[in-house]
Amino acid sequence: MEIKVLKSILGANDQRAQENRTLLEKNKIVAINFTASPGAGKTSLLMATIKALRKEFRIGVVEGDVSSAIDAETVAKEGIPVVQINTGGACHLDATMLSNALDNLPVEDLDVLLIENVGNLICPASFALGEHRKVLVASVPEGHDKPHKYPMMFSNSDAVVLNKIDLLPYVDFDRDKFNAAVNGLREGAIIFPVSCKTGEGMDQWASWLSEQIRLEQGA
Amino acid sequence: MHELAITEEILNLVVSEAKKNSATKVKLVKLVIGEMTGIVNESVSFYFNEISKKTIAEGAGLSFRRIPAAGRCRDCGHEFEVKDFVWACPHCGSLNINITAGKELYLESIEAI
Repeated sequence: MEIKVLKSILGANDQRAQENRTLLEKNKIVAINFTASPGAGKTSLLMATIKALRKEFRIGVVEGDVSSAIDAETVAKEGIPVVQINTGGACHLDATMLSNALDNLPVEDLDVLLIENVGNLICPASFALGEHRKVLVASVPEGHDKPHKYPMMFSNSDAVVLNKIDLLPYVDFDRDKFNAAVNGLREGAIIFPVSCKTGEGMDQWASWLSEQIRLEQGA
Repeated sequence: MHELAITEEILNLVVSEAKKNSATKVKLVKLVIGEMTGIVNESVSFYFNEISKKTIAEGAGLSFRRIPAAGRCRDCGHEFEVKDFVWACPHCGSLNINITAGKELYLESIEAI
């Protein structure tokens, strides 16, 4: 017999992501999923973002890594509740992993959850977590051609942070080409050129993010 | 790279749909995969053969229908298939493209007894 199914292969993950979303909203937490390639500066951006927003919001962090707890330790030093997920080889976080992480966070005492996905621009694009916004962290040394190499991830992201702009004088990075490619793949995507090292551009990024958080809190 | 996780989801879905229809043996699994997902057929087949052992889907064949990436130009309206991941309108050269196909990832049907 032939059984017609026509169901999404990631339907079960999507369902669990929806359950995460319900739990987050019950606790009035706004979740932001950060994706990037390895070394783009996700952790540096996270740390700078915590510094900028911690007066206004109670922040929690989920660190996804294939192995090690280096990033989680960096966050914990700041006195921020953090859960490390070691995916044990998997190249992305999925909704079940986030659900387990939420069980280990003081959800009643958080306004914002910053989720650092595994450094990878392919796999995390397919796995919804239940987040409210997706932010892609790109960096100048990676080159301006990345949007067209990873179109799925760029087309799914609400905002792109372009990190390491302090290196622009030393690298052949064409900002116009990068901006055109990002906006081409995702109409209305917002790009924040920043340097986590010098602090340039952080104000604009932080004020956009807090605006998004307040928007979701009011929703 | 993420084929193992994807294949686990495929197997779970196949087994649960087959059981729902009182099937005892799955013969063929028909999948639809968009090119943009980056999923490699051979890799899915490899994992499926391994993880389906001792399930009702053991030994089932997999068929893949690949959907090419496609876009619609936001400037001139031209609709086209994206070739070699060149994200520009072949008609007017614009980079402003709405992706209309290529992100598919679903189980179409199962042949079972």
